Amino acid sequence: MEAFASLMGGFAVALTPENLLWSLLGVTLGTAIGVLPGLGPGLTIALLLPITYKVDPTAAFILFAGIYYGAMYGGSTTSILLNTPGESATIVTALEGNKMARGGRGGAALATAAIGSFVAGTLGTLGITFLAPMVVKFALVFGPADYFALMILAFVTVSAVLGSSAIRGLTSLSIGLFLGFVGVDLQTGQPRFTFGLLELLDGINVIVVAVGIFAVGETLYVASRYRYGRDEIVPLKGSIWMTKEEWRRSWKPWLRGTLFGFPIGALPAGGAEIPTFLSYYTEKKLTKYPEEFGKGAIEGVAGPEAANNASAAGVLVPMLTLGLPTSATAAIMLSAFQSYGINPGPLLFQTQPQLVWGLIASLFIGNVMLLVLNLPMIAIWVKMLKIPAPLLYAGVLVFATIGTYGISQSPVDLVLLYAIGFVGFAMRRYDFPTAPVIIGMILGPMAEQNLRQALTISAGDWSVFFTRPLSAALLALALLALVAPHFWELMKKPRLEHPPAAL
Amino acid sequence: MLIAVGMIAFALVVLWQTQVIPVSPLYSKVGPTVAPTLTWMGMLALGLGLLAAAFRGGWQSEDEKETPVDMLALAYVGAGLLANIVLITFAGFTIASVAMFVLVARGFGSRRTLRDAGIALALALTAYFGFAGLLGINIGGGLIENAISSALGFAKV
Repeated sequence: MEAFASLMGGFAVALTPENLLWSLLGVTLGTAIGVLPGLGPGLTIALLLPITYKVDPTAAFILFAGIYYGAMYGGSTTSILLNTPGESATIVTALEGNKMARGGRGGAALATAAIGSFVAGTLGTLGITFLAPMVVKFALVFGPADYFALMILAFVTVSAVLGSSAIRGLTSLSIGLFLGFVGVDLQTGQPRFTFGLLELLDGINVIVVAVGIFAVGETLYVASRYRYGRDEIVPLKGSIWMTKEEWRRSWKPWLRGTLFGFPIGALPAGGAEIPTFLSYYTEKKLTKYPEEFGKGAIEGVAGPEAANNASAAGVLVPMLTLGLPTSATAAIMLSAFQSYGINPGPLLFQTQPQLVWGLIASLFIGNVMLLVLNLPMIAIWVKMLKIPAPLLYAGVLVFATIGTYGISQSPVDLVLLYAIGFVGFAMRRYDFPTAPVIIGMILGPMAEQNLRQALTISAGDWSVFFTRPLSAALLALALLALVAPHFWELMKKPRLEHPPAAL
Repeated sequence: MLIAVGMIAFALVVLWQTQVIPVSPLYSKVGPTVAPTLTWMGMLALGLGLLAAAFRGGWQSEDEKETPVDMLALAYVGAGLLANIVLITFAGFTIASVAMFVLVARGFGSRRTLRDAGIALALALTAYFGFAGLLGINIGGGLIENAISSALGFAKV
């Protein structure tokens, strides 16, 4: 019940008129961003990082959390009406949701997505409330060696296991690690990888990298293939109020989706793809209407959308309690913490209870706001889909300039921004995941610091990572996560002589 | 084929980075080079792995392989970015933004250059004075900004 009391304190913080306004601003902005194809919460928060110089931390994180949740809601609208999933986690939603929209049931699809997101988001936030204090107790015993091992595990799972290829994922990660090294080494004062440029001594700003990859890279990618395909907006049809039948078919998938999403999101591996796919296949198996799957089954929207939102909530658990971001957005939020001089981790709950619990309470409030914003006002969001692409992307680049040049006044940052943009474009084109770059860049220096602390404590003895039971276990898990899929394939190969026709 | 060439280039970049990294002087046993060393070793291994994968025929999805890169569109967007870098330091944020906006919009197939320029001008000025006023962030003034500021009787932002 200790958590409950803390949560009430959090509500006291979040319910002040000023913080409610920040939350409203966040969820509105987040939904808008989510609806616009190609823009994500990570980019938005990166562009807004400069406000951390002006606004107090609680307000800033309430704003960011609103954007984070809001973008999830908005993203489902795009998937359903436009069939262009903004991120891999909403691919499944597009699968059935777009079919529903084409079949004239777009309203119901949007409603089940929004209400399912609300249910999952609320339950997931409840999960944070009770799980986070437990993780904190556990995390207090972690030494530097254990932290390092934990980060290695996160590196491997985030980049190798979740993507389509371990090599490409790890390559992205190593680019991120490299970017994270640039600048003065904090322990010895040696400049590293500055190529003799004075501007690089302070390191590369994470805003530049995030905006470069997500805004410039994405724009280039879309431009490179814009004229070959046209997205077609399916006009919104059908009532947004679900029938009794649709409610009956939706509520179980919502709960099952939440059960998949939250625990998987809360693992140090994170990721929303796996739970959404799990949810989709489970619903397909359990449904009483198998003939509708592939043609627009409401269960196929309700379950994955819930799983997506629940995992977004889950990701916040390792971020807040261990300082371990497992998604690009969480990594950028972590760098916002750093710009306040706050280090997320087990101590955060003791040193900044106002901030943490205010943030968690604002997630509950934000979910309610999002439900209101998304059901009755859905028609407004749909209009946003009609912004012509040339203006949209040109505008994105103008804001990208503001976000980077505005803070530093340095043309070097602009050159860097566009160079990273081209790298991001190449990565998109050749199917490299982009999130590991951001995660590697933020988490890399932290991992290095823990590595060096651990080695200093052990007087340079590398065996420290294998003799501490916790760190040894975590490293073993990381190794397992890296090689297990290969063994799996080797074992499966002989039997694949006669592959099944389906799949 | 293009992919394989791209990957070889990438492997070379990795190699080049390995050359650059060990320059930092070794400080102590656990100095600033330990983590970068681990990283470049990893990068090299990964680069070789990618090269091998490229020789085995690449990995792109069919959809991606079939879509040719629209070089003209890319050139327009790239020109917009370049114009922005060149113009922003001496002509100011607004002029640079308008130039970029129009070029990028053209890259996306817009043919209504005048309309684009108008929208860009409005957007850039709103953003400039919005940020300057609300957050005190100076995005880089220039001819237009200072002219408007002095016309309205503001001090130079």
